[in-house]
Amino acid sequence: MTTLRQLTRPWRPMSYGFLDSSAKRELRRKLLKAIAIPGCQIPYASREVPMARGWGTGGLQVTLTLLKPSSVVKVIDQGADEGVNAVSIRHFLAKVSGARETIDTCEATIIQSRHRVPEEVMRNDQILVLQVPEPEPLRPVEHHISAARQMHADADYARLWLILYEQMVRTGRIMQATEYPSLVNGRYVMSPSPIPRWDVPKLHMAHHLTLLSAGREKRLYAVPPFTRVEPLAFCDVPYRVEDHAHLTCSRSGLNGYFMNEVPQDDGGSLFELSDSGLCQKALRRAAGEDVPIGPTWYRNGVM
Amino acid sequence: MNLIESPPFKRDLDAPKLNCTEPVLTMRSVSHRFGDVRALNNVDVTVYPGEVLGIVGESGSGKSTLLRMMNLEDIPDQGDYRLAIPGATQNLFALDRFARRMLRARHIGIVYQNPHLGLLMRNSSSGNVAERLLISGERRFSALRSRAREAFDASEFPLERMDAPPIELSGGMQQRVQLAKALALEPALLLLDEPTTGLDVSVQAMVLDTLKRLQRDRPITMVLVSHDLGVIRTMADRVIVMRRGRVVEEGLADQIFQDPQHAYTQSLVHAKL
Repeated sequence: MTTLRQLTRPWRPMSYGFLDSSAKRELRRKLLKAIAIPGCQIPYASREVPMARGWGTGGLQVTLTLLKPSSVVKVIDQGADEGVNAVSIRHFLAKVSGARETIDTCEATIIQSRHRVPEEVMRNDQILVLQVPEPEPLRPVEHHISAARQMHADADYARLWLILYEQMVRTGRIMQATEYPSLVNGRYVMSPSPIPRWDVPKLHMAHHLTLLSAGREKRLYAVPPFTRVEPLAFCDVPYRVEDHAHLTCSRSGLNGYFMNEVPQDDGGSLFELSDSGLCQKALRRAAGEDVPIGPTWYRNGVM
Repeated sequence: MNLIESPPFKRDLDAPKLNCTEPVLTMRSVSHRFGDVRALNNVDVTVYPGEVLGIVGESGSGKSTLLRMMNLEDIPDQGDYRLAIPGATQNLFALDRFARRMLRARHIGIVYQNPHLGLLMRNSSSGNVAERLLISGERRFSALRSRAREAFDASEFPLERMDAPPIELSGGMQQRVQLAKALALEPALLLLDEPTTGLDVSVQAMVLDTLKRLQRDRPITMVLVSHDLGVIRTMADRVIVMRRGRVVEEGLADQIFQDPQHAYTQSLVHAKL
C-alpha cells in the first residue's frame, strides 16, 4: 500500500538550482526566444538571488537555469578566476546544483563571465554567459526606453554611428573602449557587455552559444553559434582592437594576448595575462606538468 | 523605391532625385482638429518646382500646423499629400511611420525657428549634418566630412568652425547649421519655419541673403512660414494667407502685397505698429 510519505517529496531547503521551476521555465522560454532573434533584447522577470543587483544577478539566473549535475562550471571576473566575486559565485553554483567547479576553459561546459571572453577558443558544446550591467546600446543617445525600442524596430542606429563620428572628429580615432556597439546577424545592434574591443571579434561566427543577461535591467539577449557579430565601423576607418600584441606577461612569459597593466613604484608598468586560467596553465606547463592548452583566438596579437 | 514595403535595414542612398515636370507638392482637402479647435479646414496647397511659397497669417491661423504636415511630423484627420518623388505615387499621409521618417530624411529639409528643435546642441555642427547623411545610409567617414563641408559651404558657414558645437554659436550661425543640415541631401522640398525670427536685423539680412543666393544658384523649392511680411515680400514668389485654419487668399507676392482682395489680407498688409 502506497503511503503518504512515498507520494510526497522529501523536504529540501531549496529547489534544485536555487530558482523555482516556474522561474526556470520562464527563463528558458525567454532564452529560446533570444536565440531565435539574435541580438534582440527580451524582457524577463528577474528574480531575487542571494546577491545584490549589479553583481551579476542576470548572469547568475541564466547559469542557474542551464546547470545540471553533470555540468562543469567556470566563473571569471574581469578575466580572473580567483577574484572574490568569481569564487563566491562559482561555489554557490556548485553548491545548489552539484555541478563540478573548474578554472580550465577547455574543461568547462558553462562559463559565466564578467567583462571578458576567455582567450582559448570555445567549442560548440560550451556556453558563455556574460553579465551585463547596461543592455541598451541606445541608452547614451535615447533615455526613453519606449523610444529606444521603437528605434530598434526601425533599425534606426544613425545616432550610434554619430557617436563614432564625433569621436573621430574630436580625437582622430574611435575611443569606444568597451560596450562597443555591434550589429548582430545584420539586424539588431547589441551592447556586447563591457568586454574590451579585443573580445568582440571572438563572438563573430563563434562555435559556442553566448547568452547575455542583465538582472537589474531585466533583459537578456543571445548570440547563437555561427552568427555574424560586426562592430559598427566606417568603411574607411577599420575596427581596431587594443594594441597588446607586443606586450609580454611578466609571470608566464606569454605574449600576444590581452594584458592587465600593473603599475610599479618606479613609475613603469608590468603586464600580466588578463585570462588568469590561461596564465595558470602556462605556469604549470613551464613547471613541467602535462597541461593541455587549447587553441587561442589570437596568436601573437593577430586574430 | 517602394516606401511602404522597404524593410528598415535597407537604405536607398542613390535613389533618383526630383523630377521637376509637375508640382513638387500637392495637398488637397487637409483638415485637422485639436480637440474642439479646428486647426486646418479643407486646405489646398500646390507648390511648383523652384518657387518659394510664403505662408502668412496671425498666430493660431494654422501655418505651423500645415508646415508640420508637410514635413510629415503630424498626420491630419483627413487629406491627401503628394510629393513629386520618383516611386512615391500614393498619399504620403497613408504611409507608415518608418516610411514617413525615411522620406523626410531623404527628400525634405526643414529649418526651425528654434534651433534646439532641429539640432543636437552638444554634438559638433558637422555631426549634425552627418546625422542626416547617416540616416540615409552613408557609412564612409571621408564622404561624411566632404559632404558636410559642401553643405556648410552652400549655407555660407565658416568651415573652420564646422566642428564647433551649435551651443557655442550665435543664433544666426545656428540657423546656418540648420540650413546646412537641411541641404545635405539636396532635398526636394525645403521648409522654413520662421527662420529669421529672434535674430537681429543685420543677421536676418545675412540669412535672407544666403537663402536668396541658394535660390539663385540651385532652384530649390521652398515653403516659408513667417510673421514678418517683409521677409515674405523679399523671398516669396507666391503667397497664401491663412486665417482660422483656412486659406483666405492666394496669389503672386506682388499681387497680395499691392492689391489685397480679402479684408483680412488688407488689414494684415496695412497693419503697422
